[in-house]
Amino acid sequence: MEFIQTIFANELFVAVLLSIIPLIFIIVYALVVLYTEMKVAAHIQDRVAYMRTGWHGVLQPIADMLKLLQKEDIIPAHADKLLFRMAPFIAFVGTYAAYAVLPFSSIFIGSNINLGAFFLVAVGSLVVVGILMAGWASNNKWSLFGGVRSAAQMISYEIPTALAIIIAVMITGSLNLQEVTKFQDGGIGNWVIFGGPLPWNQKLMVMPFTIITFFIMFVASIAEVNRTPFDLPEAESELVQGFNTEYSGMRFAMFYLSEYANLFTVSAVVVALFLGGWSSPFGSLMSGPVWGIFWFVAKAYIFVFIQIWVRWTLPRLRVDQLMYVSWKVLTPWLFFCLLAVGLILVI
Amino acid sequence: MLQPPTLPTNYTVKHGHIKTSTGKTIRSEEMIVNMGPQHPSTHGVLRLEIVVDGEIIVDCIPHIGYLHRCFEKHCEHMTNYQQVIPYADRMDYCSAMTNEWAFALAAERLLKIEVPERVEYIRVIMAELQRIASHLIAVGTYGIDSGAFTPFLYTFIDREKILDLFEMTCGARLLYNYIWIGGLSHDLPPRFIDQAKEFVTYFRPRIKMLNDLLTYNEIFVKRTANVGVLPKEVAINYAVSGPQLRGSGVNWDLRRDDPYGVYHKLQWEPQIGKGEMGTVGDCWDRHIVRMREMEQSLNIIEQSLAVLPEGNVQAALPKRIRPEKDAEVYVRTEASRGELGYYIVSDGTASPFRVKARGPAFVNLSVLPEIARGSMIADLVLTAGSIDIVLGEVDR
Repeated sequence: MEFIQTIFANELFVAVLLSIIPLIFIIVYALVVLYTEMKVAAHIQDRVAYMRTGWHGVLQPIADMLKLLQKEDIIPAHADKLLFRMAPFIAFVGTYAAYAVLPFSSIFIGSNINLGAFFLVAVGSLVVVGILMAGWASNNKWSLFGGVRSAAQMISYEIPTALAIIIAVMITGSLNLQEVTKFQDGGIGNWVIFGGPLPWNQKLMVMPFTIITFFIMFVASIAEVNRTPFDLPEAESELVQGFNTEYSGMRFAMFYLSEYANLFTVSAVVVALFLGGWSSPFGSLMSGPVWGIFWFVAKAYIFVFIQIWVRWTLPRLRVDQLMYVSWKVLTPWLFFCLLAVGLILVI
Repeated sequence: MLQPPTLPTNYTVKHGHIKTSTGKTIRSEEMIVNMGPQHPSTHGVLRLEIVVDGEIIVDCIPHIGYLHRCFEKHCEHMTNYQQVIPYADRMDYCSAMTNEWAFALAAERLLKIEVPERVEYIRVIMAELQRIASHLIAVGTYGIDSGAFTPFLYTFIDREKILDLFEMTCGARLLYNYIWIGGLSHDLPPRFIDQAKEFVTYFRPRIKMLNDLLTYNEIFVKRTANVGVLPKEVAINYAVSGPQLRGSGVNWDLRRDDPYGVYHKLQWEPQIGKGEMGTVGDCWDRHIVRMREMEQSLNIIEQSLAVLPEGNVQAALPKRIRPEKDAEVYVRTEASRGELGYYIVSDGTASPFRVKARGPAFVNLSVLPEIARGSMIADLVLTAGSIDIVLGEVDR
């Protein structure tokens, strides 16, 4: 970021540039992940997906985007027009704002604030507002169901997410995501999931708890994104499309885009906190500012792939079971891990 | 005249009042929602009118008739009993062979004719293959209802093999017009027996794979165990039949208890629900009964293929079948969904005077309001799915 600032002197211009770069990344990444989801789903289901648009269907995401762009914009008759129009954008803004603090590389982070992790949790709540608005404004009882369920779900799963972030922060000692990643630099042994760069006796004791924390955080982040097995808000079998039912065309595309962007965000957060962010697992081999971007995106993409894989394998949980899992399973385990890690670090 | 069940016109939704900690009261009320005829998971055009209090269902009223095609009226205008067979196909379109066989049986009992042994064995093979195909649809769509999209694709791969067998024999994949009164329309082609044996060896491990993927999956068990419990007495009182009845622990299977065909000569066991994962009669029990019935059907097919006798399959019947005047018969068979019965009244002419089809799905669906009260909407979807209705049979 300082590097970019040396080229352009104008502060405002630099700020605008830094906010557009993640947007371009999201758009390109959305096309890639659309294709991935489609092909992974197809091969899990023992079929091949699109093969005709481009070689093995690589141009299909572009075709999908074009189709959505040219659709008629339908707003239901008695829908709350202002809220209906605003909802997709608020959901997207909630996701997009998180990109400001993701450390893509040692020299590139949108905004190097000292409260990066805290900012992430705070901004993730905006998506809830967007979904609630969508559910209410659609003037459709089923959408309302979906919106309310989603609000309950996302709020409950922010607790495990925040607790897991606290545990990672305790080990690394800073809420600043860039610092957290720098702390884990130097090879796979330094990653927080394996205990962080601590003396080996502390590390061995902390390691089981960090691994548990990592898994719990991953599960909680799947719930944050409303993916199966936690996709009750958009449960296609029950609520047609849940809060999405009345949305068509570009508005639907915005929700879709924000869901995929969210996929990457939560994977990236997990990677930055637990798996070393942009640092190379081999220490100094293949490391450097540009390699950093490659490692960061690749690691986050693996988790995106795992989320897609899980989606097409597992059935979905019912609403009360979902809440049970969050409040009575994940949170107590995380409290236990928090206590344990804290004790180990102090003793 | 019987009125269809609806909410009384003066039904007022109940209001509740919740007192908050600051002393204000928030008004809450029940909602009347429609799980409409077009819905991804009501398995056809079924309309469920639900009164919900939050997520809990207070009452649920099914509205049917969206697929009524006047099957029974059509039968009265047929010029020949054989012409009814294609219509019988289309009632339960997921399980056409069993429909045809039930009607053919009824007409044969009316005319008091016996069919050759080979015909009986082939009919058993076809009906059991059809039972497997129908249960595969039930299991696949049940997976989709619970959110697992993949088992559906896997079950349809297996179903393709069965449909290939059918296509080889009679030319059709879904609606066959194969089992005629007095015999069959075509004999088995030369490759049928080998391909059927291949299918049996291919499909056995697939059942295990489906069980591993869906049936014993922790999330699926949590969704279906203790959900939609149908007690034994309620099931019997509502005249429920088929896997739904057996899932509630009642040991009743028409293939053994009211035998027809050659089932009494073969070794197989009806499968009963035992409440392994929850209560007896919950959705998981019905699901596992269907999975295990598929295995039993494989046994029946294997045994039948081994002892298949030679003979002629075309019947020597007159072109116009004329039963006696005022003869009537009711014949019931174990179709994929339960007791499928035909009641035929004849007036001595070549067309039936009255044909009444007792569709198992119609009767099985009637128990839905009883078992859905008090559960959540997500449970309602799974309960309705575990009843395994085909609207063609419900509405006829």
